[in-house]
Amino acid sequence: MLAIYKRELKSYFYSMIGCVFIAVLLGFAGIYFLAYNLNGGYPYFSYTLSGTLIVLLIAIPVLTMRSFAEERRSKTDQLLLTAPVSLTKVVLGKYFAMVTVLAIPNLIFCLYPLIIKMQGTAYLMVDYMSIFTFFLLGCVFIAIGMFISAMTESQIIASISTFGVLLVLYLWSGILTLFPSTAIGSLIGLIIVLTIVVFYIFHMTDNWLISAVIEVAGIAACVVTYFVKSSLFENLLTKWFSKLAVTDVFSGIASNSIVDVSGIIFYLSLIVLFVFLTVQMIQKRRWS
Amino acid sequence: MIEVKNLVKKYGNHIAVDHLNFTIEEGKIYGFLGPNGAGKSTTMNIMTGYLGATEGEVLINGHNILKDPEEAKKCIGYLPEIPPLYTDMTVLEYLDFAAELKKIKKKEREEAVEQVVKLAKLYDVQERLIKNLSKGYRQRVGLAQAILGFPEIIILDEPTVGLDPKQIIEIRELIRTLAKNHTVILSSHILAEVQEVCDYVMIISKGKLVASDTPVNLEQLMAGSETVEITTRATQTEVRDILRPVANVEKITTQVNKDNTTGAVIEVKNHADIRESVFMAFAEKKKPLLLLKNTKVSLEDVFLELTQNDAEAEKLETDELEAEESDAVKQEMEEGENEDAGNL
Repeated sequence: MLAIYKRELKSYFYSMIGCVFIAVLLGFAGIYFLAYNLNGGYPYFSYTLSGTLIVLLIAIPVLTMRSFAEERRSKTDQLLLTAPVSLTKVVLGKYFAMVTVLAIPNLIFCLYPLIIKMQGTAYLMVDYMSIFTFFLLGCVFIAIGMFISAMTESQIIASISTFGVLLVLYLWSGILTLFPSTAIGSLIGLIIVLTIVVFYIFHMTDNWLISAVIEVAGIAACVVTYFVKSSLFENLLTKWFSKLAVTDVFSGIASNSIVDVSGIIFYLSLIVLFVFLTVQMIQKRRWS
Repeated sequence: MIEVKNLVKKYGNHIAVDHLNFTIEEGKIYGFLGPNGAGKSTTMNIMTGYLGATEGEVLINGHNILKDPEEAKKCIGYLPEIPPLYTDMTVLEYLDFAAELKKIKKKEREEAVEQVVKLAKLYDVQERLIKNLSKGYRQRVGLAQAILGFPEIIILDEPTVGLDPKQIIEIRELIRTLAKNHTVILSSHILAEVQEVCDYVMIISKGKLVASDTPVNLEQLMAGSETVEITTRATQTEVRDILRPVANVEKITTQVNKDNTTGAVIEVKNHADIRESVFMAFAEKKKPLLLLKNTKVSLEDVFLELTQNDAEAEKLETDELEAEESDAVKQEMEEGENEDAGNL
């Protein structure tokens, strides 16, 4: 694992992607910092970070796009997969290398609150907490990007689809208002979600029997519950989906100074989930 | 050492490997021979754990490649068809990385890398970036990576592709040296290479093992149809008349050559050596023989026979009907085929 971690990290700096990533993040954070904190005199660095979040949406796909797509295209994955190293370690090695690249600008961010402090009042606790959450959010994004990169051979496809997914996550709270709040609307929405999940299960297992059973059982359960107690379904979709608003945890800290511990646990579980899915995706490819 | 049991690999409806069974013993050089798309690379990829098999299992030193991958993979050095090189690294950096990946201890790493650099003759390019190296050198870096740490089993997928003749000879020598204390498996579609290097040949066609034996035995397997080839000034009818009394002649095919001589191919029964009696028969009639030689079946013929059986069978059946009237035409066709085989 250490070997892969070191090689990946080095290659990010040989290929300039790492340097460009750090430079872009620091550059934009610098502009926001100048505008909001230095010229505007606003004492919270966390506000600057919320502005920088949009840059992260563009920068993360560039960082993650090559992680597995490039290996597969140039067939170097043959070296990794035939070496006496478990697949999980290969994935973790790569993941931690990308996290390290992300950690560098975040460490530099830690200096900014101190600059504010030199000029007057600063809210160090809030600022450092939001830098930490910003970093964790970046780690979630990297895990998602890595998973998407493992699905394709093309870096371009990987980066564009990662950007698409991240943008949807970023705009999630806005999209949420478009969902129906009536009971019947929620029911239909739920069935659609179920069908998508079943399609994914079918795609991963190639077992139509299991997929069909899950689909039928799921629909039956939903419909029966709906007829027994339809009030349960009111606002259900919005309620459930609002949990997916990944960036809300960060903005909660950044704009309202509310630290949501369950949100941080949510981030960590998302990271574990996507690292796991990446391993599964690569495993699956060996059998198809 | 390696046991492959009932291996099947399907890509959708296409069967790439079809119920393959074989065992590989220690200290020999094995050659996988087969036309393009026969399933050589797929088999190797499954044996090294890169791909999963649809059915069947592979045991490396008793370790199942799927259930106990780390132990199994420790015993294998693998050079895939396309060397898995990180082109943004120098040769030394790459080999260092590969050594660490193969869990060679830190103290021994430097020496191990030095050794393979020497063996693969990479000393001159060791500081250069891999992306600036030629195909031949890249192949050698890949080979160096495969033999790094000297695993018990070395699997090489077409190791001499892209090398110049001098390098090919060097690599073959290297493989022979390695075989003294390692098991080497290599794949190739170059017959001469397999014949020269390997102790044991496995011919694969359409995912099936069609023959496996030593090169010498494979040639003997086919030796049932030995032939004697002659060239003479006599006409075709004269040749047939002269040969009629000679014993052990199965069949004669004749043709008129461009320089007005007659060529004939005599098929021999019972493995007899009829060269002397043929010579005497012609001498009695005062017809000079310009050429008289035994043609032995080569590995090429075995290869063609075994791998093209299915495809050619239908074609030959229809051909035979037409060709029965003019043996000469058929003879020419066969010669043409042999030439093709020579150029493989």
